[in-house]
Amino acid sequence: MLLQVRNLSTYFLADNGVVKAVDDISYDLEEGETLSIVGESGCGKTVSALSLLRLIPDPPGKIVNGKIIFEGRDLLTLSEDEICDIRGNRMAMIFQEPMTSLNPVLTIGHQVMEPLMLHKGMNRKEALKECIELLKGMQMVGAYPHQFSGGMRQRVMVSMGLSCNPRLIIADEPTTALDVTIQAELLDLMKKLTRDHFTALIIITHNLGIVARYADKVIVMYAGRIVEKALTRELYRSPLHPYTIGLMESVPRLDQDIKQKLRPIEGQPPDLAYLPSGCSFHPRCRRAMERCRRESPTLREVSDNHEAACWIYE
Amino acid sequence: MNNVNTNALIQVRELTKFFPIYRGAIFRRKLGDLRALDGVSFDISRGETLGLVGESGCGKTTTGRTILQLEHPTSGKVFFEGRDITGIGKYEARRLRKHMQIIYQDPFGSLNPRMTVRDIVGEPLLIHELTKGRGEYRDRIDSLLKMVGLNPAMAARYPHEFSGGERQRIGIARALAVNPGFIICDEPVSALDVSIQAQIINLLEEIQEKFGLAYLFIAHDLAVVRHISNRIAVMYLGEIVEIADRKDLYREPMHPYTKALLAAIPIPDPEMEYSREHSMIKGEVPSLFDTPPGCKFHTRCPIMQKICRESRPVLKNMHGNEHMVACHLVI
Amino acid sequence: MNAHRHSYTIDASLPGPRSNAWTAFFTLMKHKVALAGLVILLGLLFMAVFAPVLAPSDPNEQDLYHVLEGPSLKHLLGTDDVGRDLLSRVIFGSRATLLMGALSTFFSAVIGVLIGLVAGYKGGIVDMVVMRITDTFMCVPALVLMLVIVSALGPGMQSIVLSITILSWTWFARIVRGQVMLVRELPYVEAANALGASGFRIMFKHLLPNVMAPIIVTATIALGGNIMLESAVSFLGLGVQQPTSSWGNELRIGYSYLEVVPLFSLAPGLMITLAVLAFNFIGDGLRDALDPRLRSSLGIRGNGYGRAGGTNAVVK
Repeated sequence: MLLQVRNLSTYFLADNGVVKAVDDISYDLEEGETLSIVGESGCGKTVSALSLLRLIPDPPGKIVNGKIIFEGRDLLTLSEDEICDIRGNRMAMIFQEPMTSLNPVLTIGHQVMEPLMLHKGMNRKEALKECIELLKGMQMVGAYPHQFSGGMRQRVMVSMGLSCNPRLIIADEPTTALDVTIQAELLDLMKKLTRDHFTALIIITHNLGIVARYADKVIVMYAGRIVEKALTRELYRSPLHPYTIGLMESVPRLDQDIKQKLRPIEGQPPDLAYLPSGCSFHPRCRRAMERCRRESPTLREVSDNHEAACWIYE
Repeated sequence: MNNVNTNALIQVRELTKFFPIYRGAIFRRKLGDLRALDGVSFDISRGETLGLVGESGCGKTTTGRTILQLEHPTSGKVFFEGRDITGIGKYEARRLRKHMQIIYQDPFGSLNPRMTVRDIVGEPLLIHELTKGRGEYRDRIDSLLKMVGLNPAMAARYPHEFSGGERQRIGIARALAVNPGFIICDEPVSALDVSIQAQIINLLEEIQEKFGLAYLFIAHDLAVVRHISNRIAVMYLGEIVEIADRKDLYREPMHPYTKALLAAIPIPDPEMEYSREHSMIKGEVPSLFDTPPGCKFHTRCPIMQKICRESRPVLKNMHGNEHMVACHLVI
Repeated sequence: MNAHRHSYTIDASLPGPRSNAWTAFFTLMKHKVALAGLVILLGLLFMAVFAPVLAPSDPNEQDLYHVLEGPSLKHLLGTDDVGRDLLSRVIFGSRATLLMGALSTFFSAVIGVLIGLVAGYKGGIVDMVVMRITDTFMCVPALVLMLVIVSALGPGMQSIVLSITILSWTWFARIVRGQVMLVRELPYVEAANALGASGFRIMFKHLLPNVMAPIIVTATIALGGNIMLESAVSFLGLGVQQPTSSWGNELRIGYSYLEVVPLFSLAPGLMITLAVLAFNFIGDGLRDALDPRLRSSLGIRGNGYGRAGGTNAVVK
């Protein structure tokens, strides 16, 4: 097992209380597997990813509980030096905004060579050679980020991420700022590369189509907690949690007949500082019961390898 | 595009917009033109929704702004209710605003943070003097807010106190205030969460039906556009490459770019996705500054032939119906 | 095209990136330096308003038998060269000085803001012309210009206010113009245009309220600067004339008797320093309070959330 996350909780301290951005999440990831974390803004998916790499700003944030066992070691117990050794090297992250994730005053070549020299101990010449190899040509090496489009920059980010041959890549909404055709190309590239090198991939997204296309298994998050966990085919074949069902019903799909009206989920996602009582989803849930208002359900296995946190299944 | 269709509310003919690029401060040298729009033509009838899709840089937003005369086109014409409104002056343009409105993409930036919701929705009423007296003014605002699903009691609050979806509703109420016949929806749901998108799409459909509005629905999400539009136009680098009824476009896409777009969009169905071809075109979108000669798509087209490099294809009617394509290789 | 804006911070302080007046006020209160400035300012204002009550004697009452004396029980700060009580003169002096400072700042703000608004909004040639005029005004050395104007019009409060106004408007114009050029690109300004709003409406209802923050900060700091200018001119003898007292005025007389009665210069000098410091401190605090980024807000900027548990704004 490459990665085991157990009871991870990351809280933020704010003026008016505690914000439980990530609240007691657990999951596993094997080598070479692709996991997708799905949810809308504010559900905690990005914070959970940053927590893995211990990139949470402290203050105001803090990983208050949990274990992150990566390659047999609990990352939360490592020293700052040790975790730096892992970042970019064994575990890499590709951020959402290609515009701002690259340093505008350094050449692309410099930025791609940096992790190589830092983690692989290469000297300039070796790193340059490797860099040209990764970027497929001299063209981009001496140029600056602003000279390229979003798609190309994201490709540079992916190259940087893969350069040290990490065991796990976390891609945070890697395609949100990109055009659809570039998106498809980029994700296919990432998937191919991960297959060739047996790298595990965590794709964080809100796009149900991307999940269907690339992920082996899925975690659905809402208000900081996992509400459903399953293999991809299973999730789409029979979604269990009302939130998952609601999401799937509210998205217009190219392959279906044009329905008269979409079925949106009523209401708004909650403010994490003022979570509803009991199950966080109950104010918006079509099937809410009395119990949902009082008690918060825990994640339980409902069918083979398919877990959901909902009182309907008790 | 041929004769003037008198049923049409909006008619656009060969609309072109170039942005000249200069270099140098004192002795300015013209480097060339940014061809944002390069000959766009279509009609929109009363009560109809025309979807405009394409990726970034294709010119869809510029199209919207040029129709509204927020930008004057470099050449071409725009007709509203049969009247030529191309390049009209400021004062006439202001009167036009009672008939044509726009809803923006950014729910955060499109509302003045220092104005209350009441002020924001009421502003068009004041500008065009649509109500008399305080009572009528307030009543109208309250009814507009109710129409978009907002509680009128919140009218005294400021935009930052609302969520993205709610702010978008405020923007819609503002656009409705003047009772327009035509609204340009410029990516109205792209910045919203998925579960909220559906709410806003439903709302837009509801008010369209209620008030007989025509929409130009600009978006990059083909699935959303398909849901709400009657007809759809696909744009690439400032041109329309295909335009058809919504059923036809998705069932029988003809232009290679349309096909590539449809293939690239992931469908929430793992079984289906497994067997589909995903990315059919390679390469980057060429810059608007230095557009390829001939057919602008030829640099990325999987079926490109010699003729594509040489001459620019024209939108042609296929099968005699309303389905039009601009491609040399489609017979 | 960019769909979601995710920043990696969490916002729990509910009013979003904009401050409303109350949050600004409370943040200001937390800023100790600004608080000190506010206290000093209030003290000075109190002094100016209640001068007749506070002053132990009539500032114009001359007593030629007790000229240039040091501090005594009757005259806590001593007397000036014609026997007037120094303390009373300094207390009354606050009126003239603060009034001139306030008036000149106010007028220069009004003129500067208007010019900056128009230049920033219209852009193009209008902007270029206006900016060159502004540059010209800024090139002229302040004191020289003031001396010229005052000499031409004769000394006194009006000339001072006029001359300071003519010099200071440029600062406001520049800052406002810069800010307006930023704000006018924002979507809601274009939205107003699309609604059919006239230029006036856009300038005063949309642009101006959103550039108020830098205007206020500039105004507080300008107040300090203008008081210094006034003092300088009065010191040179071209300010308010006797028997009216202003701090600069008193400085002037005190200068001649620096060795004999040092207090004569120290007292008004201290007042001027306090006033300028007070305004600068307040200006600092205001700048921090009104700048949304410096405050300790953490912000989920996905959708921006309404109040507790989702607003009841949406009605079915």
